[in-house]
Amino acid sequence: MEEILARAQKTAKEAEVFEVTSEETQVKFDANRLKHMETTQSTSVALRIIKDGKIGYATTTGITDGQQLVKDAVETAVFGTEAKFSLPYNSIYPKVDIYDDATPQVAINDMVALGNKMVAAVTAHTAGILCYANIARSVMTVRIINSRGGKAEYKKSFFSLDLEGHLIEGTDMLFVWDGENSCQPLLDPKPIIDTVIRQLEWAKEKAKAPTKVLPVIFTPYGIASALTYPLITALNGKVVYEGASPLGDKVGQQVFDKNFNLCDDPTIAYQPASRPCDDEGVSSQRTPLIEEGVVKGFLYDLQTAGKAGKKSTGNGNRSRGSLPTISPSALVIAPGTATFDAMVSDIKEGLVIEQLMGSEQGNVLGGDFSGNVLLGYKIEKGKIVGRVKDTMVSGNVYQILKDIAAIGNEARWVGSVLQTPPIYCQGLSVSSKG
Amino acid sequence: MPNIEEIARSMTGELKQDKADYLEAHFEESQTSHITYRGQDIESVGRSTASGGNVRALVRGGWGFTSFNDFAGLKKRVALAIEQAKTTGADLSLLAPIESAQEVVTSGVKQNPVTIPLKKKKLLLDEYNEIIWGTPGIKTSDIGYSDSCKKVIFLNSEGSLISQERADVSIRLTAIAAKDSEVQQVGISVGSRGNFEDISHLQEKAKEIAQKAVALLDAPQVKGGEYTVVLDPVLAGVFVHEAFGHLSESDFIFENERMREVMVLGKQFGVENLNIVDSAVEPGLRGSFKYDDEGTRAVKTYLIREGKLVGRLHSRETAAKMNEKPTGNARAVNYRFPPIVRMTNTYIEPDKMSFEDMIADIKEGIYAKNWYGGTTSMEMFTFSAGEAYMIRNGKIAESIRPVMLTGNVFNTLKNIDAIGNDLDMNQGGGCGKNGQAPLPVSNGSPHIRIRHCLIGGK
Repeated sequence: MEEILARAQKTAKEAEVFEVTSEETQVKFDANRLKHMETTQSTSVALRIIKDGKIGYATTTGITDGQQLVKDAVETAVFGTEAKFSLPYNSIYPKVDIYDDATPQVAINDMVALGNKMVAAVTAHTAGILCYANIARSVMTVRIINSRGGKAEYKKSFFSLDLEGHLIEGTDMLFVWDGENSCQPLLDPKPIIDTVIRQLEWAKEKAKAPTKVLPVIFTPYGIASALTYPLITALNGKVVYEGASPLGDKVGQQVFDKNFNLCDDPTIAYQPASRPCDDEGVSSQRTPLIEEGVVKGFLYDLQTAGKAGKKSTGNGNRSRGSLPTISPSALVIAPGTATFDAMVSDIKEGLVIEQLMGSEQGNVLGGDFSGNVLLGYKIEKGKIVGRVKDTMVSGNVYQILKDIAAIGNEARWVGSVLQTPPIYCQGLSVSSKG
Repeated sequence: MPNIEEIARSMTGELKQDKADYLEAHFEESQTSHITYRGQDIESVGRSTASGGNVRALVRGGWGFTSFNDFAGLKKRVALAIEQAKTTGADLSLLAPIESAQEVVTSGVKQNPVTIPLKKKKLLLDEYNEIIWGTPGIKTSDIGYSDSCKKVIFLNSEGSLISQERADVSIRLTAIAAKDSEVQQVGISVGSRGNFEDISHLQEKAKEIAQKAVALLDAPQVKGGEYTVVLDPVLAGVFVHEAFGHLSESDFIFENERMREVMVLGKQFGVENLNIVDSAVEPGLRGSFKYDDEGTRAVKTYLIREGKLVGRLHSRETAAKMNEKPTGNARAVNYRFPPIVRMTNTYIEPDKMSFEDMIADIKEGIYAKNWYGGTTSMEMFTFSAGEAYMIRNGKIAESIRPVMLTGNVFNTLKNIDAIGNDLDMNQGGGCGKNGQAPLPVSNGSPHIRIRHCLIGGK
């Protein structure tokens, strides 16, 4: 890395080398049986330079002396974007716990046993179901060095459990799933088994959704599939800078329900999205985005912050060494006070939405979303009575989060990028086929 | 860069060992370049090179797989894959037999698109961008260009040694119009099997999308509900890929008794003149290749013939387990992943009806064109058209806001009641499955008509 940096500095004023190495082992169950085992070793190196005020960049894999890399970066810099930032020079970062020695040491046999346990529990509950499970552990090392003396290095461990069930009767198909991940070993599959069995119980009977405006409870998965994408887009500093975000001129204003709180927090211990710094070497921080319904701020990387006259919030993310783009690290929606059961019993007629399909295809900037209910249930007289199908739901994120009926008191992680309680919303258009 | 040919040759002996029922390896090297614009400015321009490999082992029906881009200690990698397969397997290893092959397949392009100077690529993109920005009412644009060239060497324990090269070029142009608080966009995606020339004449198209985006600002939104819908070749191609193609992938079927009943050969899926094909042997298409990533020779596979299910897509394992012939559909997006069952070029064969005849008896319906997004869950699908028009009394009438179509795959296939005579292949797509994306595919269709199609809306 140091060699690449030195070589780049011969031609460019500023340079940065970003290296990620990882090794992952996965144990996979297909159709109720152990079927695959995979190990993936990978190294990627990205070079970003600022030459004559412009950004150049190139990536490669494996071991390299950097000759081609520097040549490629120099060629791209001729057409590159004008750099509006200086690379950070810090080398001291907040301490964030993201590595546990125990994680890479979990024995393959224990991973197999976890899979067997999940599959056994779900197949015992529902005859004819086919389970697909994935148990994975990995270790990743990130190193960033730059020409201004900036230096960051951290190691992260990762463990995940995922379970999916397919239940097919004729052309009627039900898909249920849950997953958990952490930097520490997850040796108890019970929460996942419980969630999947709960989904199977609720979907056991069929119910018919009417075509009308109804209240809807979004489960954490439902929120991730329907509501977060428009918010992430509107809170992106770049979209704000371009004048396209509907929240751009609303800082300090009450736009959402007073009980709605959202922040980005990559500093939570042992969460897979946590890290001491972002992929540009900017220190991680907790960034409040919406507090008591009031817009507090937006997410920035170095380049956009430079353009907009703001400070980077440490949200420069690079997937496998691509140029940094702004994305949330870990979104956290604060829990409220209502129990899930209380929300359900409050509804005479409505839906619980666990997964909406296709919701990102609408007018995202305007906050509109609509989609097909892939997994959802009907509520009648305060009780969940069965699964709805052939049902479309549409709404507007800004309208439904302005006046929230209730926010659940229990938050959970959906993947590693969102922690949220269920949210009970009013007034969604539901249309159902014949 | 490591010399992958030397590495591959040095591994032939290692793979012949009898410690596994089957062993294979892939070694890959690739170069790419990309330019993206956001508005009038370049947002990102970059080049990359990559190399890596993998080893896959089969023991008693269990698979072990290890991928790497550090080529040191390859013997250990082979041992690891075998060890994993042994831990996993508890059954019989079944692979449909294929002929082993030794062949070098070149990319067939006159010039590797990656080596074309960025300057030339930028000039072309600037030209397109100026056309879009020169259209009154346009607020901004989005342009993405990328190209790649890669070589994959495949070898297995049955003596195959195949080197295949492919080049790829793709471009997406999006014009975004705005007025007051309304924002509308129209885009096109064009791809080519590595021929830069193929994407160099889109000036007219760029103008067209810009004008359409502006026109959409004043278009009304249609009321949700059931309509007779006519799909253009692009959208019908996406439909056949998303809604039917994924159901034909046998890895979802072969170990699933109930799914096998749903997808039993001979079952009627649609009208008599419905024929659906997946074929990697069509020359010049982005989904084409000579050998798949298991070294199986590509063929043309009828999935539906005269409305009946007659075939499906296989890897060697799924073919063996279902007692069918391998179809050469095992593909991996790159060396980081094992090959899985994927589509190639998927299309509805043309029939006889003209577009005019197809809409002639529609009193009120929707003509949905172009593609914006789409997804499927096997049974259900949703996808969004990029443009839409009302059909009134047998004629194309006013432009409406783009619509989202949704429904049950099986019912919708049965509801296709007319198939046009104007097959067109769309080369702009990339397919995603099990985290492997974007895999170059193409899909196509003539115009088709679907009765009772659910359209989303307020």
